Amino acid sequence: MDVSFALTGKGYVLVAADTTAARSIVKMKGDEDKIKSLGPHLLMAYSGEPGDTVNFAEYIERNIRLYQIRNLYPLRPPSAASWIRRSLADSLRSRSPYSVNLLLGGYDTSTYTPHLYWIDYLGTMATVPFAAHGYGSYFALSLLDRYHDPEAPLEEGLATLKRCIDEVSKRLVVAPGKYKVKVVDKDGIREVEL
Amino acid sequence: MNTFIDRFSTTSAASQVRKLKEQEEDEFSDAAWGSEAGFGNLAKGIPSFSVPSVHDPTAFLRLHTDDHADPNCRIKIQHGTTTLAFRFQGGVIVAVDSRATAGSYIASGTVKKVIEINPYLLGTMAGGAADCQYWETYLGIQCRLHELRNRERISVAAASKYLSNLVYSYKGMGLSMGTMICGWDKTGPAVYYVDSDGTRLKGDLFSVGSGSTFAYGVLDQGYHWDLTDEEAQELGRRSIYAAGHRDAFSGNTCNLYHVKEDGWNFIGNFDISKMHYEGPGNVPGAPGTGYGYDVRVLGRNSSNPPPPEAAPAVAAHA
Repeated sequence: MDVSFALTGKGYVLVAADTTAARSIVKMKGDEDKIKSLGPHLLMAYSGEPGDTVNFAEYIERNIRLYQIRNLYPLRPPSAASWIRRSLADSLRSRSPYSVNLLLGGYDTSTYTPHLYWIDYLGTMATVPFAAHGYGSYFALSLLDRYHDPEAPLEEGLATLKRCIDEVSKRLVVAPGKYKVKVVDKDGIREVEL
Repeated sequence: MNTFIDRFSTTSAASQVRKLKEQEEDEFSDAAWGSEAGFGNLAKGIPSFSVPSVHDPTAFLRLHTDDHADPNCRIKIQHGTTTLAFRFQGGVIVAVDSRATAGSYIASGTVKKVIEINPYLLGTMAGGAADCQYWETYLGIQCRLHELRNRERISVAAASKYLSNLVYSYKGMGLSMGTMICGWDKTGPAVYYVDSDGTRLKGDLFSVGSGSTFAYGVLDQGYHWDLTDEEAQELGRRSIYAAGHRDAFSGNTCNLYHVKEDGWNFIGNFDISKMHYEGPGNVPGAPGTGYGYDVRVLGRNSSNPPPPEAAPAVAAHA
C-alpha cells in the first residue's frame, strides 16, 4: 500500500513517500520516514515487504558510507545506483530475496546534473525524469506525462508533486494521509513542507 | 455398504455392467443417436456427461474461463478498455478508445465503444462487448416505445434506471458491463454510471475500464465546470490519449462525442500514435504539438551549471 513519487527539475530532485507503516488492516505508525539519506547528495525512498525494506535500506546506507570513508569521496549517483541495483539483482537469486522497490534521487556535483533512478525488486533499473511506486503510479504517471517539466524551478516542481498527491488522495481508496518530501540539489539534502 | 463398494470397485459385477455400457456408447457414432426406435438411450441406463479426464475437472475448466472476477462467468471476456464521460457548462463530452483485447492479443483496433442509443442518448461500452451492445440497443427500443406512449422524450435518469433495473434482474448470471449513459434532457446535460452489479450513480465525471486510472490522472487535473467547448473536447481527447499511452489494454484510436441541447455530435476519430507525435491535427483546442512527453520536453534539460566566468575578467587578469 506504500505510495512514493519522485521528479527532477532544474538542478534538483524531489522525492516523496507516504509516512504510514501498516500491518494487515492496522495503521501501526503515522510518521515513519521512508526516505534515507545515503550521502551528502543522495536520497533513497524505499517501499515493499515490511522488514525487508528497512533492513535492505540500512545495508545500503552502511556500505555507501563505508565507500566514502575508505575513499574520502562519495559515490556519484550513477555509480551508487548501479551498485544498489546489483545488490538487489544478486539478492533476487539468493535463498531469501529482498522484496524492495526504490526511487534513487541524487545530484551530481561535478556535472551539475540531477539524477533519478527507478529500481524495482527484480533489479530493473531505469533512468527517468519522474517516477512512482505503488498504487499511486496508476494515477500519477499519466498526470506527470502531462505536467512534468524538466526545467521547472523548485516551486513549480513542488506544485506538480502536490498535484500527484492530491490526485491520489482524491481517487485511491486506500490513499495515505501524510507524505514526507525531501529535495536534493547542489546545497545538499533538506526536508520541505508542501 | 455393499452398494457403496459395488459402485467404486473395478472388479464387481456392477462395474462389469458399467464398463459394458461405456463400450456400447463408444461403439455408436453420434449420427446414430436416437435412431434405435426410441429405445436406444433407455437400453444404456441414465445418460451422463463426459468430463475432462484430469485430476480436478473444475480447476481445469477455471484455467480456461474468466471467473476469477465473476465465478458465474463462463467465457473469457474483453476487459481492457478506457472510456470517459463528463458534464460541463457546454454539455457532455464522451470519449473512448477503440481497442479490443482477448488476453494479450489485440483482437481489434477499430471497435465502436460509443453506442448511439438515439439522437439524444449515448452509451459507452466497457466489459463484455456483446452485453453492452445488445442491452444498450435494446434500451434504445424501450426509449422509443416510451416516446410513443408518453409523447415525450425519456429522461436520462429514467433511461439509465431502466438499464440498471434490467441488468440487476440478471445479477449473478454472468453479465459484464460498465457503462455511462449520457445525454441531454429537460434538466440539462446528464451522466449516469451503470454497471452489471446493479450500481447506478449520477455524477459529473466518470471513467471506466482498465485505463481509467490513467485517464482520471489527466482528467481530474484539467477539469472544471466552466470549460469552453474546445477546452472540454481537448481534455477528453487528451485523457484517452494518456490511457492509451500508459495502459497496454487500451489504445489505437479515440472516438470523441459532444452532447448539446440539440443532441449528440460526433467530433472525430483520432489516432493515438499520431496524437503522441504530431497532435490531434487541425481541430479546435489542439495544442499544435504532439502530446507525448518526449515530444513536449524536447531540448529541455535539468542540469544547472554555474554561469561561466565573464570573459573580460580573464583578459584583465592576463
